[in-house]
Amino acid sequence: MQDRITLQVARYRPEQESDITFEEHDVPCPKDWVILDGLNHIKDRIDGTLSYRWSCRMGICGSCGMTVNGEPKLTCATFLSDYAPGPVRVEPLRNFPVIRDLIVDIGDFMQKLVRVKPWLVREVEKPLTEGEYLQTPDELDEYKHYSMCINCMLCYAACPIYGLDSKFIGPAAIALAQRYNFDNRDQGSGDRMAVLSEHEGIWGCTFVGECTKVCPKHVDPAGAIQRYKLTAALETMKSFFLPRGA
Amino acid sequence: MAGTHVYTDYHPRWLRRHVSTYWWLEKWAYFAFILREATCLFVAWFVAYLLLMIGAVVGGADTYLRFLDWSASPWVLTLNAASFLFMIYHAITFFVAAPQALVVHVGRRPVPAQLVLAGHYLAWAAASALVVWVLTRP
Repeated sequence: MQDRITLQVARYRPEQESDITFEEHDVPCPKDWVILDGLNHIKDRIDGTLSYRWSCRMGICGSCGMTVNGEPKLTCATFLSDYAPGPVRVEPLRNFPVIRDLIVDIGDFMQKLVRVKPWLVREVEKPLTEGEYLQTPDELDEYKHYSMCINCMLCYAACPIYGLDSKFIGPAAIALAQRYNFDNRDQGSGDRMAVLSEHEGIWGCTFVGECTKVCPKHVDPAGAIQRYKLTAALETMKSFFLPRGA
Repeated sequence: MAGTHVYTDYHPRWLRRHVSTYWWLEKWAYFAFILREATCLFVAWFVAYLLLMIGAVVGGADTYLRFLDWSASPWVLTLNAASFLFMIYHAITFFVAAPQALVVHVGRRPVPAQLVLAGHYLAWAAASALVVWVLTRP
């Protein structure tokens, strides 16, 4: 196994550059080093001005998503040795504005996420004295895999539809809406329907399917969107044939 | 926010990268998607061809024979052969995608995706067998 590998790291310093440039650095390549370790090595030992986001280093926080050799990846879960002999090109996530180096602005996603109410909506909360809302394992299985989303936004970076039309609400927001729609304790699916059935909601998706392929948590946002299309179509049919909600 | 702004500490100049017109050539997966979308043109052609054929049948024996001659011309044969291949591609990609959209439950248990996929192929085989039977019966 080789002991070093070349990282080609994207730099964007808005005070002095108008576009991305690349810098090459040789970093150690032990078999247990991930891309993030390589970036930390550069920042600690070579160039402290390199800017990027990271936090947990264990695929939980979703902060360190970047484009690695053209593919959206969590850099804390992507091993350097898998790219041997290199070089490895590290760029900011696609489809988002770049603030500096490998840091992108996530404000658009955060605003969209809130619109789908990704929390349990209750018309009336039952009193605490009545105890917790019970749920069977089968009911939990209905939504559990959608709840694994860590908001890393790799799905947005992989989605050409979002790249072409930033009004599209996007894969993760819809998957998280479904996480709550399929939760039997939730009563907010009607509120979400109003947002998701807009043109920029589920109907913006043309099922490229790359969001599901790049998801590090196997959430299957593409499946969530298609399931919701089916739900929305059935609801429309019902409202047409049963206008009084029989 | 836009690239034309002058950078200041309190007004960072974000870099907005535009998606290339040829984004669908960047990855095989994107190209396969565009190819799948393009199959709708061939679906439309088969619908038009079927309508032309019905029109020819309704028009009588002479019209139908002229339609058969026209159908035997090289460009129509080539177009129909290409359309057939695209139909196969369309069906396969549709079937592969179907289990993601169609989550079937038996009782409270979800049916495995492979079974949903197999169900589609079985239905396809049954429909094809029916067509073959109709065409080949004495």
